[in-house]
Amino acid sequence: MNSLRRNFLAGIAGALWLATLPALAEDKFIVVSSTTSTEQSGLFGHLLPSFEKKTGIKVRVVALGTGQALDMGRRGDADVVFVHDKAAEEKFVTEGFGVERKEVMYNDFVLIGPKADPAGIAGGKDILDALRKIEAAKAPFVSRGDKSGTHAAELRYWKAAGIDLDKAKGPWYRDTGSGMGPALNAAASMDAYILADRGTWLSFKNRAELTVVVEGDKSLFNQYGVMLVNPAKHAHVKKELGQQFIDWVVSSEGQQSIADYKIGGQQLFFPNAKR
Amino acid sequence: MSTLVDSLQAAAGLITDGESQLAGIVILSLRVSLSAVSLAALLGLPLGALLAVGRFPGRQTLIIVINGFMGLPPVVVGLLVYLLLSRAGPLGTFGLLFTPTAMIVAQTLLITPIIAALARQIIADAWAETHEQLRSLGAAPWRAALTLLWDTRFSLFTALLAGFGRAAAEVGAVMIVGGNIDGVTRVMTTTIALETSKGDLPLALALGLVLITLVLALNTAAHLMRQWAMRRYG
Repeated sequence: MNSLRRNFLAGIAGALWLATLPALAEDKFIVVSSTTSTEQSGLFGHLLPSFEKKTGIKVRVVALGTGQALDMGRRGDADVVFVHDKAAEEKFVTEGFGVERKEVMYNDFVLIGPKADPAGIAGGKDILDALRKIEAAKAPFVSRGDKSGTHAAELRYWKAAGIDLDKAKGPWYRDTGSGMGPALNAAASMDAYILADRGTWLSFKNRAELTVVVEGDKSLFNQYGVMLVNPAKHAHVKKELGQQFIDWVVSSEGQQSIADYKIGGQQLFFPNAKR
Repeated sequence: MSTLVDSLQAAAGLITDGESQLAGIVILSLRVSLSAVSLAALLGLPLGALLAVGRFPGRQTLIIVINGFMGLPPVVVGLLVYLLLSRAGPLGTFGLLFTPTAMIVAQTLLITPIIAALARQIIADAWAETHEQLRSLGAAPWRAALTLLWDTRFSLFTALLAGFGRAAAEVGAVMIVGGNIDGVTRVMTTTIALETSKGDLPLALALGLVLITLVLALNTAAHLMRQWAMRRYG
């Protein structure tokens, strides 16, 4: 009985040791809050190894919607914010939470819909016209509804199309409050229309009956920006390491690496940093 | 149907080719959840014994609260720990957010009530059977509590397994406080959520099968150990 009790205590001691074990020692790392589109499209998986190899700085990416990612920066829980909602980003900088916004790359939004195309919009170029037809047909439409960059863009398009969502909303408009992937899963199972960023769409596998119905409209342009969280607000921000990351992303080497990322021969993001 | 078949094949593939990345994720899952169970046991077992044997004002209320907290929503616990550990929060200076430690804290909070409530019930039942005897020996309440903890150890072990199951299976809390960072805080459940987001449903389900297999294997090992110990020491 005593030996069992000893074993039992040894077990607890061992487990405690496990619990207090420090996180794998990585002296140099930064936390980047970013969007699901950059993470789930596989861009970071392609981009970060070259940066980490060159500088020895590990990048820990937390992928959220743009709204949440900016909020993480506001709270000081990230060193760098890498998102896509220009208006929200500029507000972030004006409020003093971010140091300086730099443009990095763009991709575009695409309107996805079922092949059956109940609103009769397939092949069109005009996103506003397409949204009007969806509303008129009361065809199922899935919204992110999560304050992400894509959600903000969707709301801008509805407004520009002259549709007051508060009044027009009905069972056809399905606010899922979820990330790009889960929202696409929902649209696939409901045969609904949905606005998506091209990167996530290209790497998305559970497409079912969905296909691209509207693309190529100039207003579907989707710009990404990067910002260092202001060390004046949060003293622990890793200023030098974070700046090194930003400098690399907008450097010719970083920009080339972004351009090189392709899925099935298609380029997902187009570098356009101003230098 | 084809998805299920794909998943089974993918699961078999994941296990047999011993992908190092998967191994790392599994090890982190085990490390986090086993640590949480150990800490929750240190907190929950004495608390359960105290509630079973002790008589003090507020005891009934505490029992109700602990029982109710068995159903704590992981997302709420995650959010609470997030706000505590965030740089803008009261414990922000330690920089623990998005580390395995934060995940252990969240899971510990989540399963301590489960272990405490189950332990209280187990020990209260044993106390009802033996308290005359223990009293006649003149045992002080804390002494009785210790004796009962030891006497019911095999049943209490099941309470720990219940806690472990809950910890290993939850995703809401670890997603928020861990951030699902590749190679740092990515565990089985957050990987499954990520692959679901990517629309790779067969791979997500395959990872789910790996997780279930793992939990079953651990429970089998625990069961055998318990039987062996009962024969030897029971």
